Amino acid sequence: MAKHVVARTAEIPPGGRKLVTVRGREIGIFNLDGEFFALFNRCPHQGAALCSGEIVSRLESALPGDYRLSRPGEMLRCPWHCWEFDIRTGQSWCEPNSVHARTFPVTTEPLVAETVDVTIAERYVVVTL
Amino acid sequence: MNVIAPERRADLTGQSHLGFIDCDVHPFVKSGEDFDPFLSERWREHRRGIGGRSRQGLGRNSAYPRMSPGNGMRMDAWPKGGGMPGSDLALMQEQLLDLFQVEYGLLAPLVGGAAGERNLDYAAAMAIAVNDWQVAKFCDPDPRLKGSIQITIEHEDAAIAEIERWAGDKRFCQVNIPPRGLEPLGRRRYRKILAACAANGFPISLHLGGTSGHASTGGGWPSFYHEEHPSYVQSMQTLVTSLVCEGTFEEIPDLKVVLVEGGFAWVPALSWRLDQSWKRLKTEAPSLTKAPSEYVHQHFWVTTQPIEEPERPDDMLAILDWIGPDRVMFSTDYPHWDQDDPRYAFKVKLPADWMRMIFRENARALYRLD
Amino acid sequence: MTLTHGAIDCDIHPTVPSARALLPHLEPYWREHLLRRGLERESFDISAYPSGSPLTARPDWRGANGLAATNLAAIQAQLLDPFRPSAAICNVLHGAQMMMSEDLSLALCRGINNWLIAEFLDRDPRLRASITVPIHSAELAAEEVERLAGDPRFVQILLLAMAELPLGRRQMWPLYKVAEKYRLPIGIHAGSSFRHPPSAGGWGSLYLEDYVSYAQGFAGALNSLLAEGVFQKFPDLKVVLIESGVSWLPASLWRIDKTWRGVRSEVPWLAQLPTEIVRDRVRMTLQPFDSPPDRAALARVLDQIGSDDMLLYSSDYPHWQFDGMDVLPDGLPPALLPKILFDNPRATYPRLAALNPVGETTA
Repeated sequence: MAKHVVARTAEIPPGGRKLVTVRGREIGIFNLDGEFFALFNRCPHQGAALCSGEIVSRLESALPGDYRLSRPGEMLRCPWHCWEFDIRTGQSWCEPNSVHARTFPVTTEPLVAETVDVTIAERYVVVTL
Repeated sequence: MNVIAPERRADLTGQSHLGFIDCDVHPFVKSGEDFDPFLSERWREHRRGIGGRSRQGLGRNSAYPRMSPGNGMRMDAWPKGGGMPGSDLALMQEQLLDLFQVEYGLLAPLVGGAAGERNLDYAAAMAIAVNDWQVAKFCDPDPRLKGSIQITIEHEDAAIAEIERWAGDKRFCQVNIPPRGLEPLGRRRYRKILAACAANGFPISLHLGGTSGHASTGGGWPSFYHEEHPSYVQSMQTLVTSLVCEGTFEEIPDLKVVLVEGGFAWVPALSWRLDQSWKRLKTEAPSLTKAPSEYVHQHFWVTTQPIEEPERPDDMLAILDWIGPDRVMFSTDYPHWDQDDPRYAFKVKLPADWMRMIFRENARALYRLD
Repeated sequence: MTLTHGAIDCDIHPTVPSARALLPHLEPYWREHLLRRGLERESFDISAYPSGSPLTARPDWRGANGLAATNLAAIQAQLLDPFRPSAAICNVLHGAQMMMSEDLSLALCRGINNWLIAEFLDRDPRLRASITVPIHSAELAAEEVERLAGDPRFVQILLLAMAELPLGRRQMWPLYKVAEKYRLPIGIHAGSSFRHPPSAGGWGSLYLEDYVSYAQGFAGALNSLLAEGVFQKFPDLKVVLIESGVSWLPASLWRIDKTWRGVRSEVPWLAQLPTEIVRDRVRMTLQPFDSPPDRAALARVLDQIGSDDMLLYSSDYPHWQFDGMDVLPDGLPPALLPKILFDNPRATYPRLAALNPVGETTA
């Protein structure tokens, strides 16, 4: 396990994403309102590039005819079979207990680097794997 | 079902799925104008004017909208230069043919609307145009791609003429007939067309689809695509039942039928039910000389997509065993949303000889692809 | 001793011998209505079960008029006495359910229910019945249920798998509301009013094709109930698939589950794996099973169904599903039999829950 700096936080605005490669693995970095999350770019179902999927909301309903939208921008929809995953947890909408997109721990950290302008408190997105 | 993230697995890469024969690939047009070079001026004008008319309320799109743009396309298959998924050969090569070193891809064009067109003269002209277009835009530029002959089954003379036009042409492998037609395919009125397919060495592919004007289910029109999608299987079951019970295969013993894009796990139970019901009702179908399930096994092939995903992955082996692994052929359905990836479609490890049969040998033998 | 002694037979078919037999059981208005139109001379046979078809009645059960199960004596002699069920549920298949006029349909259904009471339920305590309702009018069907719900011998409501509208459609909901209120399961019987061909593939030629298609009809009906959210809207409603065939179910559910994983946002109230809902809320009668040819395959199909609670014993009398006394499909595991024969029916039908087993359900 090691920490990998994958982006400056400013590169990925809220609602945005960046695809990075760490140790040969494609990983999608997502910014949900200032919090960062990392998902393996591979759908657990048939291997599609999950992180290129649409960023969507939770569409839910208690009863027929009742339509509710919640947690806008916090779900990822696979570009192939439309399976939906929670960006925060990797849990599948349909089978949250048994189907997961793989996630990786993410932190944002200030880094001291000689190339960085010391007058700006820049932070970096760091993935652990 | 417990699904884990598939990693690249040593036993899959570079093995059986590479160089497979894909029994269901969809070419699309960038726009209807793509057909114009293959239509006469009279039908070009008709296409631009009144246009296609099938048996449904909406003129162009479906009353059961799919869940992704383009009437249900894989989201990553839209060509950067514009046009529909499947309309750009280079992208099809990149995402399918080259990626998996596909040996042959069997085209199933769902364009032009010839099969369900109500104006039969326009339908016949459009069937010819779609066939010429397939050859010009796909089969000739990439000889791995093999065409499926489009016909309009309600116009017998034109259908037979079109089948005969391509007889002996190795660029075409089969004749495509959608399962949702005015009447089930075993009905006597279609017999000459089926005989022409067999006489010219073409299997029939019953590729899911068609607009018959009949309700999607025997109990009427459902509300949701969630029901419409599986209901296509019911039409396919009607046609299997019809072809078997009407004695079609006694009359045309060389007829071979491929079920495309309907999945396949339902075939064993349908065979059991056919046999069980026939046991009591055989006097009504005197032309049958053996149990219905035997006709199913001898005359039908299935393609895999959309592959069933049994709760216990192991049940897939039983299903394949019950159907017979010699009758199952892999298909992706590229570029539809529900297409299958040859690396991950089967959630259980198949015996090596089954892999060879399903991914290559069955299709090679059926379509005489050498 | 027969294995079925004490069992609950969840599907038998008394046959209305002629419309004339219904006349005493109709309201005066409708009696005269029938007579003015000469309808007492008509058979009201349904195309889904032609009376002469070999499947419709076992040859040794047909009476002198060619029909079977037209009177209590026949049912007693051929079914109740030899197979010794503790209870048997009468499902009447009759054109009454599908007349184009909703009012005429209701009037005839009422006549059938009254006929059932007078000719069968009042005369043999082993018999129960499903309420015959006009299948194309949920409001009138609900009215008939209200009329009879106080009679505990009526244990479910009878529909056909294929009618004008898929069974989950909201137009059907007034019926499901009253069904839930009285804890009456919805019994969906094989067949069609043939307002539509058996699938979008069109009209076939043979009755054999139609009979095979009834399983497809159930698949469509079940998908409709699931997608429309009937099981969420009516959390206490149970559904029994009668004479549906059994072995088609697993593959059909795999397909629905697969569709659901990608398409569920179209029907967001469907928030649970469809297979799980079906195992919880749907039951199937045993005959016909449409068994695979060998026992190992049968065992696997039962495993695929994945619940010991779903199957309900039925003879399907007088339909010709078996010969002699071989009412149970070959190869059912003995350990499952007590559930199929007695426990599952009792758990499915609240009005049979208090029925005591005679203690001899298995040999």
